[in-house]
Amino acid sequence: MVASKEYKVIGTRPIRHDGTDKVTGRAQYGADIRLTGMLYARVKRSPHAHAIIKKIDASKALALPGVKAVITHQDFPRPPEGVGTSGEGAPQPWRFQVENFLANKKVLYRGHAVAAVAATDAHIAEDALALIDVEYEELPPVLDVREAMSENAPILHDDLRTKDTTPLATNNTDKPSNVAAHTQIKRGDLEKGFAEADVVIEREFTTTMYHQGYIEPHNGTAYWSKDGHLTVWNSSQSHFVFRNQLANVLQIPTARVTVVPLEIGGGFGGKLYMYLEPLAALLSKQTGKPVKMWMTREEVFEATGPTSGAYVRVKMGMKKDGTITAGEAYMAFEAGAYPGSPVGGGMNGIFAPYNIPNIQVDGYDVVLNKPKTAAYRAPGTPAGEFPGDAVINELCDQLNLDPMDVRINNAAHDDDERPMGGNWGVIGALQCMEAMKNHPHYQSELQGENRGRGVAMGYWGNAGGETTSSASVNADGTVNLVLGSIDIGGTRPALAMQLAETLGIRAEDVWPRVVDTDGVGFNLFTAGSRTAFAGGWAAYELGQQIRAKMVERAAKIWECKEDEVAYGDDGIIRGPKDGDGKDRQFTFKELCGQLGRTGGIIEVGANINKTSVGVSFAGHIVDVEVDKDTGKVKILRYTAVQDVGTAIHPSYVEGQIQGGVAQGIGMALTEEYHFGGDGRMQNASFLDYRMPTALDLPMIETVLIEVPNPGHPYGVRGVGEVPIVPPLAAVQQAVAEATGHRFNNLPITPASILEALYPEE
Amino acid sequence: MQDVRYAKASSVDEAIDLLNKGGVTARVLAGGTDIIVQARERRREVRLFVDIKSIPETQELKYDADGGLTVGAATPCYRIYNDENVKRLYPALIEAASVIGGVAIQGRASLGGNLCNSGPAADSVPAMIVLDGKATIAGPNGRRSVAIEDFNTGPGRNILEPGEFVVSLNFPSPAPNSGAAWQRFIPRNEMDIAVVNAGSYVRFDGNNVSAAKIAIGAVGPTVLMVPDAAAAIVGKPLTDETIKAAGEAAKNTARPIDDMRGTIKQRKHLSAVLVERTLREAAQRARGG
Amino acid sequence: MINGEETEFLADSRDSLLDALRERIGLTGAKEGCNNGNCGACAVIMDGRLVNSCCVLAAEVENCDITTIEGVATQDGLHPLQQAFLEEAALQCGICTPGFIMSSKALLEQNPDPSEHDIRFWLSGNLCRCTGYDKIIRAVQSAATKMRG
Repeated sequence: MVASKEYKVIGTRPIRHDGTDKVTGRAQYGADIRLTGMLYARVKRSPHAHAIIKKIDASKALALPGVKAVITHQDFPRPPEGVGTSGEGAPQPWRFQVENFLANKKVLYRGHAVAAVAATDAHIAEDALALIDVEYEELPPVLDVREAMSENAPILHDDLRTKDTTPLATNNTDKPSNVAAHTQIKRGDLEKGFAEADVVIEREFTTTMYHQGYIEPHNGTAYWSKDGHLTVWNSSQSHFVFRNQLANVLQIPTARVTVVPLEIGGGFGGKLYMYLEPLAALLSKQTGKPVKMWMTREEVFEATGPTSGAYVRVKMGMKKDGTITAGEAYMAFEAGAYPGSPVGGGMNGIFAPYNIPNIQVDGYDVVLNKPKTAAYRAPGTPAGEFPGDAVINELCDQLNLDPMDVRINNAAHDDDERPMGGNWGVIGALQCMEAMKNHPHYQSELQGENRGRGVAMGYWGNAGGETTSSASVNADGTVNLVLGSIDIGGTRPALAMQLAETLGIRAEDVWPRVVDTDGVGFNLFTAGSRTAFAGGWAAYELGQQIRAKMVERAAKIWECKEDEVAYGDDGIIRGPKDGDGKDRQFTFKELCGQLGRTGGIIEVGANINKTSVGVSFAGHIVDVEVDKDTGKVKILRYTAVQDVGTAIHPSYVEGQIQGGVAQGIGMALTEEYHFGGDGRMQNASFLDYRMPTALDLPMIETVLIEVPNPGHPYGVRGVGEVPIVPPLAAVQQAVAEATGHRFNNLPITPASILEALYPEE
Repeated sequence: MQDVRYAKASSVDEAIDLLNKGGVTARVLAGGTDIIVQARERRREVRLFVDIKSIPETQELKYDADGGLTVGAATPCYRIYNDENVKRLYPALIEAASVIGGVAIQGRASLGGNLCNSGPAADSVPAMIVLDGKATIAGPNGRRSVAIEDFNTGPGRNILEPGEFVVSLNFPSPAPNSGAAWQRFIPRNEMDIAVVNAGSYVRFDGNNVSAAKIAIGAVGPTVLMVPDAAAAIVGKPLTDETIKAAGEAAKNTARPIDDMRGTIKQRKHLSAVLVERTLREAAQRARGG
Repeated sequence: MINGEETEFLADSRDSLLDALRERIGLTGAKEGCNNGNCGACAVIMDGRLVNSCCVLAAEVENCDITTIEGVATQDGLHPLQQAFLEEAALQCGICTPGFIMSSKALLEQNPDPSEHDIRFWLSGNLCRCTGYDKIIRAVQSAATKMRG
């Protein structure tokens, strides 16, 4: 499929096409929109983590000058029956989704939206919130995942039953439960595996909820015109998915909904879900005016999905020679108020980099009175994979074995059986491990007191999914590329580059543009590390179609057969010699100049739906130093190795890795959700939800391994998600070496380090 | 934000008048980095901002050997830590002022505001206390001067009477053979509220410590003085043992709580650590190091 | 004055400078990330100093001289910092970029030859969630070198 690995455009670092607008402040993000006659709206939210709504009285708010409308759940059409997708992960009942937009009979977390009010000015809308009277009957909240699973836990949904798909399940359909699902991965014989081991360790781990932390809060602006056409402007990770959901939930025909994607200020999975758009739409319908909404940072923390906090128990056995004989895990993930935690990601990830013959992983999806969780970069995998690598590191310490040698000896190879069934195709797990072992960082001796080093691996599968794209060729040799995939981190240049490579032209000659839902066919979300892969496939298809049509046109001009014309990868179209025996050829640009007189411009479209064969592996090495007097951890050196398939634009691949590393370090050391007993998140601001700053990190070295994905014309693998996985276990191990203590409850805060170092104080 | 008015005072008297008439919901606006946020988040009811930044006295920054250092209440941090006299003679003030909230905050935030916000973890207060700082207050009944260690009375509360506001802060000229230092502990490396902060001042007479002042913050409803720490080191040479004893005294004086920023045990431990570290630094400065 | 032009605008007494820039004047380059001085996405330069515009009232800026991201490039082209951010791929989603460019500009005007630590310390008030800061630091270093000539 790939003619040659010597690419002309792929692997270079052109300036991104949207860059100038972004460095000059001209780029329009969701909250930058201004429309004539615009109203501003805010959301009234529950102060209670668990309560029945007795009454909502908006009369005082409606009487405030400037207030134009108030809506509640009753203003929604009846939710469709059945399930629908919302972001990554299993489809959920529509009813749950609509109840998360505006609570129906119960509120299930502090911050749960109860009503929305539109006014002529943002300050008035805010004033109006205090004038909406809501009467609640408080219920006891449940805030701990294991408590939520226990017999006498307060029940969130009376009609929720455990969907247990495990072999020994006795599904009791009469008992309401907070456990929405129990699934299992199993292979081999656990008992036999543990019996073969020389050392068996069992440990418990916890992680808290973590927020994606995008700097741009959620936003949505809607205009419902008099003829029933709904237009929405927002920042999201999929305007097509939002369009379809809006059509479903508001019961309008799909073609009468247009979603216009503005630039997005970060998503990481968290902007795969609607929160404000349906509210703005209904308020616009009622007022006849455009309605603009955005969230405060506090609302983002209290009411938009973080990733699950989790309790994970892992047991692993290892032989003296380092062979891992068995792995068993119990994972309970917080889904938040509605089912749908990413426990599956954790289950798939925990043993993925290794070929362990005997494994069993039981995963539980548990609801409790916290905000509904949302996808966050390799969902479920940081929390799920961290315990596996942490236990492997501890086993290596106990048996005095080199942690990279052990990993290499147990590495998953091409075509090995995957833990979740099926076989790996071509993968780069072993290559990453070998690159780590041979890297100067790993080879160097870490000197100095109170210092330690840790390594860990990471895995994430990639998504394929539907992508529709079109392209048109201009007479001057430039090409317009029409995309329906949101660009959150640099996919516009990556896709333009793949089209340019296919055509043998420069990236600068392709102008990529992300259009609204009227401008191109359905595109699945930008998530699942799928965009450069699937969008690239589409770009490749478009390129092939253009090449074929250019050949057609050349044949017409040269009056020869099409099979006598060849489109070279260098962008030169060559034909048979002319009557005088001279070579005939056109450059791409020259032939474009002839398009007008040979039939008109060329426009092509592609609709592809690939199931991906590529997955991503990564491994990180970190050195830390711990101040034993204060418990402060300093990252001294960080190296991130990753199999990226083919790096289309290396700078943006490196950037994805560095960003994921920073988030993983935050999960390991400084970020957490502090819930009070009343279910209130006490640290709902960037002051106390502590994300790493520039002063908290060193330079992050990236090593790009390229094991091309055979399922893609340019070998592309998704790169965006896996880098967040290894930091947790790598940092934990480094701190263990530096302090002599293993911390299995993340984040590893200075307080917890002091507690371990000075227990008698 | 609740509905609020804005008024700019061009003189001390005008400010007093506006504050008096505005009552308890009238608040002084200096840098605004605390009060604007509190008003917006409705954590403090503010109905009138009285902007004092145009009053020349609140923008002063001057030093002379007799009068010491005078810092206007609204003088922003960036002017303070860029001032040659302050760098030379009051490095402890620089240590605090240069980490409050980040550079953009320091473009506006002031020591006066940090003091009057009366937060238990206010970064500059321990440093200002151990430097014997005094607040000059103007009000309807005239002017008065209050030692900074007597200024705050509880979280968000201080000794200001209705209509009163702090006009400037004064720090006496440093005595010979003296030095002061300030440090804090935060979970990240910037941008956090202190888990604990501490200021220490020592003065030497020959080999012996002749005077000392130690203050710890974020471990009580206001910054706490640690006279026991001073007692542990005064009248003798400063040694590892006496420094350790001072740290121990700080640990025993601290009355911290458990909250999302730190635990009791951690804060007590850090009280000792920071007092020991600031004492060593202060001593080094006192000895001309 | 805003970006070198005398500007008159009407604001609510509750508006911050950020609110006024974005909703009253139409300069949306400064962004709201947190509205409480903890992320730097709203940073502008006011009377020569870097400030968070969410922590300044609109009412306070009478007669002040304000530079926003929209005023950084000139007729002659992009500022070296803007160019460096593009060349070093120092932005991914770009929402924090205006704040970082304002902060970096203020830094280099104060200290034309900052060390890596100086840069990290100065920029610690600007949060970025996409890049891990690596390429931002390199962009500032690159621009500083060019600007020193």
